[in-house]
Amino acid sequence: MDHSSTFEKALRSALITLVLIFFLFPILWIFLMSLQTNETILRIPPSILFEPNLDNYRALITGKLQTTAGNLDIAFMRNLWNSVLLSTFSVALSLLLGVPAAYAFARFKFRLGEDIAFTLLSFRFAPPLLVLLPLSLYFKTLGLTNTYIGLIWVYQLICLPLILWIVRGYFEDISPDIEHAYRIAGNSWWKTFTRVAIPLARPGIAAAGLLAFIFAWNNFVFALILASADKQPVTVGALAFVTASGIQYGQIAAAIVLSVTPTLALALYAQRYLVEGLSMGAVKG
Amino acid sequence: MTQLELKSLTKSYGAYKVFDGLNLAAEPGEIVVIFGGSGTGKTILLRLIAGVEEPTSGLIEIEGNDVADIAPEHRNIGMAFQNFALFPHLSAFENIATPLRAQNASAELVRSGVDKVAKLLKIDHVLGHAPRELSNGQKQRTALARALAAGPRILLLDDPLRNVDAKLRFEMRLELPRLLRQTGAAVLYVTQDYKEAMALADRIAVIANGKFIQTAAPEDIYLKPATLGVAQLFGDPSINTADTKVELAGKTVNVTLGGAKVPIVSSYSSYAGRLVTFGVRPEAVEINASKGAGLAANVMAVTPLNERTVLLLHSEGGWEFLASLPSSATNIPEPGAKVKASFAASGTHLFDKTTAERLHG
Repeated sequence: MDHSSTFEKALRSALITLVLIFFLFPILWIFLMSLQTNETILRIPPSILFEPNLDNYRALITGKLQTTAGNLDIAFMRNLWNSVLLSTFSVALSLLLGVPAAYAFARFKFRLGEDIAFTLLSFRFAPPLLVLLPLSLYFKTLGLTNTYIGLIWVYQLICLPLILWIVRGYFEDISPDIEHAYRIAGNSWWKTFTRVAIPLARPGIAAAGLLAFIFAWNNFVFALILASADKQPVTVGALAFVTASGIQYGQIAAAIVLSVTPTLALALYAQRYLVEGLSMGAVKG
Repeated sequence: MTQLELKSLTKSYGAYKVFDGLNLAAEPGEIVVIFGGSGTGKTILLRLIAGVEEPTSGLIEIEGNDVADIAPEHRNIGMAFQNFALFPHLSAFENIATPLRAQNASAELVRSGVDKVAKLLKIDHVLGHAPRELSNGQKQRTALARALAAGPRILLLDDPLRNVDAKLRFEMRLELPRLLRQTGAAVLYVTQDYKEAMALADRIAVIANGKFIQTAAPEDIYLKPATLGVAQLFGDPSINTADTKVELAGKTVNVTLGGAKVPIVSSYSSYAGRLVTFGVRPEAVEINASKGAGLAANVMAVTPLNERTVLLLHSEGGWEFLASLPSSATNIPEPGAKVKASFAASGTHLFDKTTAERLHG
């Protein structure tokens, strides 16, 4: 039964609309900008009436940036591909390492267990700049500078703690009796882990994986310092639009739309898991 | 051959000893009820036998073999948990099929095995449902079916009727003994409900303070409790007690109840002078007219409880005790009536004051 009055309902819809406008308008604005030339974007007074064209997207996809100062080659599609590659493999590696680790932290008490878990978490709140200088020196020595492997390794600083701590909460929420029951029924430890623990924690694993993907995707500073142009993701690649002859707003907007698309698609696909995931277990207590 | 044997089994967590030197043997087809209050380690005992926890010391033998190094999945045990512990992501059918699938049984064998046990437990109509769609009673039966499915040698049932409604609990109490005996497994059944224990058990093992204080047939537990504690655990209303001293007056053996001397059977004469706790079951209290023999008492309250009626009595010396009479009895007094109470020997016990052990009369 709904007891709220008409006024309350109206107020609620008005507030929801306000919030939606606040969050969604920038996205709409960027999308509109991506279909305009620099001139129409910068005209005064601004107008939402314009003739849409796909020149910005064409320039990005072909890699030929036309500015008033001449033609410029950019590697945006390469950057986008790098982002996909780096984020996907980082998250995959993190899941591979983090899920069994999370299970161990959730189920077993071992010496220094809590300390190790906390140390891993502390990677999240250490400022990246703190570790970048030593890291870049190590990377030079190890020959990891400007390699995918090096970047994926560093990205573990972002993904692994996140996955470890969220998934751990999920494993802790599963009654150990359920796993005991499966073992007593005649199944090995490994089978119990893969057939009972992982399926039951799947919403948490999906949510943690998605969040880690977004964080990895949005990372800027690691790739800026540790990689050069051909290995850099979109976040760093976007700097190329700040050219000698001015800022290419239209192309930046188009680049943003393109670079947001994969994460947005992934988030929409996993939305059900994500909301369920964040609201149970992960943010307990 | 003894199916399951515990030999001086001990479990402690740090300095805290859950139990200390438990001994127990169970034969195939036998139902042994582990009875005790909450926090006495009954569940932990089952977990040790199942192998999901390790004992601190002592042996667990299954069919004569020490199972210390045998993983839970190889012990051939069926276990039903108090919280059911069904696999939420599998249907009732798959839940029950788990132990059969673990043995790599063929599809037909799995189907026939599940169908058989589901029919037995009357859940064949809900096999396609997910656990969350089942009622508590159906969940409980599914958990039980899963424990039974592969025909284990040992069945561990952890208070399986705890979370089901009263009607189903009553039905299951009637059905379970036959059902469990059919399996031929040695059954350890944990419960906190003495009526359930009495209804199901071939033998009851009463656990308290980390030990089995008495392991015996239900009638023996009730009629010959080993200690005051056991006597207090079995029976509703619980046994009446009074601290007193055994005294000899000529040939009569007396105890003092609220200042009044009450004679008891003469076979207790050897305990003369001993400080004891006198115990009498409410069912053993006989109510006589006020001019008859016995302990003078006032009826304070009369509470009819279906087939029994419980009287609260105050002896003239101030001892408060309960009597339980069949509701069909013709001599049930009114509240405020003066009566004489006498005690039937079969329900009267003396317990040593310090050790709480029952004295044999």
